[in-house]
This record gives sequence, C-alpha cells and structure tokens, in this order.
Amino acid sequence: MLRVENVTHEPVEFSPALLAQFADFVSRYPEGKQKSALLPALHAVQAEFGWVSAPAMDKVAEYLKIEPIEVYEVATFYTMYFLKPQGKYMLEVCRTGPCCLVGAEKIMDHIEQKLGVKEGEVTADGMFSWRGVECLAACGFGPVLQIGPEYTFYENLTPESVDQLISDLKAKENN
Amino acid sequence: MARKLLLEHINIPGINTLEVYRSKGGYDSMQKALKTLTPDEVVEEVKKSGLRGRGGAGFPTGMKWSFLAKPEGVPRYLVCNADESEPGTFKDRYLMTHIPHLLIEGMIIASYALGAKTSYIYVRGEMMPQIRILERAIAEARNAGLLGKDILGTGYDLELYVQPGGGAYICGEETALIESLEGKRGNPRIKPPFPAIAGLYGCPTVVNNVESIAATVPIIRDGGDEYAKIGIGRSTGTKLISAGGNLKKPGVYEIELGVPVEEFIYSDEYCGGIANGKRLKAVVAGGSSVPILPANLILKTAAGDARVMSYEGLSEGGFATGTMMGSGGFIAFDEDQCIVRNTWNFTRFYHHESCGQCSPCREGTGWMEKVLHRLEHGHGKLSDMDLLVDVSKKIEGNTICPLGDAAAWPVASAIRHFRDEFEWHVTNPSAAVAGNFGLAHYADPLVKVEA
Repeated sequence: MLRVENVTHEPVEFSPALLAQFADFVSRYPEGKQKSALLPALHAVQAEFGWVSAPAMDKVAEYLKIEPIEVYEVATFYTMYFLKPQGKYMLEVCRTGPCCLVGAEKIMDHIEQKLGVKEGEVTADGMFSWRGVECLAACGFGPVLQIGPEYTFYENLTPESVDQLISDLKAKENN
Repeated sequence: MARKLLLEHINIPGINTLEVYRSKGGYDSMQKALKTLTPDEVVEEVKKSGLRGRGGAGFPTGMKWSFLAKPEGVPRYLVCNADESEPGTFKDRYLMTHIPHLLIEGMIIASYALGAKTSYIYVRGEMMPQIRILERAIAEARNAGLLGKDILGTGYDLELYVQPGGGAYICGEETALIESLEGKRGNPRIKPPFPAIAGLYGCPTVVNNVESIAATVPIIRDGGDEYAKIGIGRSTGTKLISAGGNLKKPGVYEIELGVPVEEFIYSDEYCGGIANGKRLKAVVAGGSSVPILPANLILKTAAGDARVMSYEGLSEGGFATGTMMGSGGFIAFDEDQCIVRNTWNFTRFYHHESCGQCSPCREGTGWMEKVLHRLEHGHGKLSDMDLLVDVSKKIEGNTICPLGDAAAWPVASAIRHFRDEFEWHVTNPSAAVAGNFGLAHYADPLVKVEA
C-alpha cells in the first residue's frame, strides 16, 4: 500500500472531460507507449481534484493499463504532485540562490506571518498553502512565486505586493 | 550594438503570434530547408556554423546530429530539452514566452534534418504558462499547414507535441528526460548506449536545448558559414545570457560570443553595473553548477588578460583560475553577499534534486549540505573545509550523470577561492549567524564603483 499522509480510500470518479484529456494525451505517443501519458495525466488529475489520492492513482493505472506501483513511483518522485490535500491556492516561492540574493527568504517569512501557517500547512479556511520550491527559472526577476492550480507567475515581489496578491485572491473567492 | 539573431524581434508587439512572426520572415528558414535543401545538407549547414549545444555541455550540434543512427523501418525522434531548471538560468523560459514560433520553426527544421516524424518539446512542469503558450502556437502552425501531413506540399510529415515534466531538475539530463518522457522516474541511464543509438522507446533520438534548436533558424536563413563568422574562435555565433543577482539591469541578453566580461557587467548595453552602488565580489558565470570566481578572476585571467564571454575564454586557466560557459546563467554577487550561505543554498538544491540513484551523489550532497549548514549557522569547525573538499572529490566523476559534478564544483571552488571566508565563519560564529560578514575586502578594488 502506498505510504502517504492522510491516505484516503474514498473512491473517485473521473469526469468525461478528464477522460477526454487522457485520450488526447495517449494519442500523442506510438501504439503501446501510453505510459508516456502518465505525467500529463497526473497533472490533469491534480487540476481536477487539487491533489493526487491513492484511489485516483489506481484509476490512472487502470486507464493506462499499467501497474499501480508504476504510478506511485512516479507520483512520489516528482515534486509537483501533492499526495495530500492542499489549500485551494498553493503559493510556491523560489528559495534558490539567485532569488535569495534579492530577498526570497524575507518573502517566505512574510507569507508565513501573513497566512499564519507554516510551510506545508493549510489555512483554517482551506484557501491557502505555501512552500519554498527550487529554482523557478526566473532568476533575473526575483523574488518570484507561482500560484497553483493555474501556475500564474509573479516577479519582483515585495511584502506589499504579496499582501495585495493575497487580498486579491480572497476578494475573488468572496465574489 | 551587438548583432541579434534570436532576440531581434523580441520587443515587437504580437511577435508571439503566427501572423506577426511570419511578417518578420518567420518560417522562411523552414521553407528554405524543406524546399531547397536535403536533410543531409541541413545537417551540413549546422556543422559549418560551429554551433555548440547551448544547454551547458557545449558539444557541437551538427556533429551530434550526424551521430544519429538511421536503421531502416525504425522511427527517429527529436526531443527538445525545455526542462530549464539550473539556478541562474532563465533564457529558455524567456524565449518560449515571447517568441514561441522561433522554437517551433527550429523544431521543424531539426526534425526534417534528422528524419523525425514525431517530435516532443519536454517542458518543465512548473512552466505551465509556457506550456499553454507553446500549445497555442503549435495549434496556429498546424492550422496554417506548417505542421502535420505533407507540410507545404513538400511531402514531409511532422507531428509536434508538448510534454510537461513533473518537477525534477534531473530531467534536464538527456537520458533522465527520456525516462521521464516514457512515463517513468527521471533516473539517468548508463551510457553507452547513447540516445543517438537507443533513446526514446529504444529508438535513435537527438535531445537538444531550446536555444540550440532556435539557433538553427538563423543558421539556415544566412548559411552556416555566415553564422560561423560571428563570435570568436570555436565559440561561434551568439549566445543568450541570463543575468541575475545583484545587477542594475538583470535580464536576458543576446551577446556575440567574445564580449569582454567587464563590458557585459558594466556597460549600459548589458547589465549596467552592480546594483545599489556596491562593488562586485564574485560571479557564477554559467549556472549554479559551474565554479564560482572572485571578481578579479572573472574580469581578468590569471595571466592578466581581459576575460571574454566564450566557451574557451571563461574556461581559461581550467578550474584553478577559470570556470565554464555552461548554460549562460550569469549570477553576480555584490560585496555584501555571503559565499558560505550561497554555497549552502546551492548544495541544498543539489541534495534536494539528486535522483538518489548513485550513492556518492545521494549521500554526498546530503553530507555537504549538513556541514555547510553548520558552518553558516555558527557551529562549524576549521576541519570542515577539508572535509567538504574531500567529500566533493568523492562525488565528482563517480556518478552516472553530471549532477554529481554539478554539486561538487560549486563547493570545491568556493573553498578554493574564499577559504578565509569559511574560516571566518568558524572563528566568528555569532557574527556569521547575524549575517555580518565583514568581508567586503573580497570585492576587487580595481572594479569600478558606481556613484
């Protein structure tokens, strides 16, 4: 059994739209090489459910005609797949050298204080999580962060611009 | 004003669209290749250009193409490596964001030269906006008959797809990238066989960086000989340099190879000098994996000559007094920056990103991170520097892929050039923790000081 935090065995159903995406992915590779669709399929699952649960991985395996372990080993290797529920908006701050030279650590401290949760935790209202991530390839425009699930990107951050960003997301939710 | 081949039209509104891109001569090179040149002639032009792989290795691109096995009845693949994640490097993201059709046109030219009927652009998963940009541009090209069956009536068929990664630096290594594209963990393969013989799905495959593939467009337009006239020595053509850190004007610059480093840092055409009136302390010239150099050695070689931005120029002196062009990720450190802290940060990155396949890398990066962490946080010992050098030597050259070297070189070079700063952290632990480095003397007194 896959060892993940907060394992759920709740069955999942994939929407017709998600299955259509799977079919499109599989069409991109030669016959018999449908396993290549695994990474894009997991991204699509996460976009629909917010994270990748064990039952969802089992269903992906079933669709791609591969063993569940083949899905687990991929989902646990790559950093983008969440194996437990996260906040609706995941703030990912680049914590690598060039961004730190221009203040990324201060931005992470500020986000922690502003949201009142530590790295990897979820705010009480379920809206936000945050974490430091490795290089986001925007080193000339740091500090930078991106926000899932759309991965919208923000550069040249200041504490004030982060406050505005969080306020905008809250306002969007309340409307 | 430096000649621009890739970024010439970057500031034109709408250049990300097919219509505007074509109005500036876009896809003319592709038509020239498909309609007037044989695949072998395209390869020959790229060989003549002297183009070297722009992802970091610097291997001649035309030669790499000519190694591709061509057995009958077996598909061949071109895979674009757009898994840009080397700290300091952001040129490919910039190029894909602003002028995606340049990459797509290059993909068609390169695929034609290699005889590939299906090609993939493997983009790091975090770059979802760039993935959407590329998919939109591919759809435009397909609708215009520039992709798909019988492109422009030439009889050449090509399908092009974007593949997202899942967040793993190691997938920038070509065999790990292939594993990932096959839906597996990104564990590098032992070479040989090289991808040119057995790559994607066991078929002959070429993996090229975004910038290398984009460069084929001006090469075919102007001819390989013309391209080779730009640059210096065996460093031909132009190179995208992504400049970050404590610079007045960080950003992506296209340089003609051979520009003096001092000009690149201080001239208004490029970075405009060091930010906030500070002095330059050190530079990482080619992405975090290449050796760091103090200001005096990045501006001049050990022999006292002006150091130039070229493959040979940056490596002048070997690793004792030189560095590498790498991916062109140029990170400048001002006099207030702490080399120990930065080395710890980079090592944490490599420890985090090690795939775990080889013990020296998996364990060694973790040990180095721990030792650097204690040095940075005031708990170091004077023997730690020798320990770090020893561990770095045990990693270097002892792993399947170059991630081990990439982790070892920054540590070894930082201690080589800044050993007394490391020792200062041991002898002044409370000041180190407080971030008071007191080591501004590292900044070269000969370097210009901004007002």
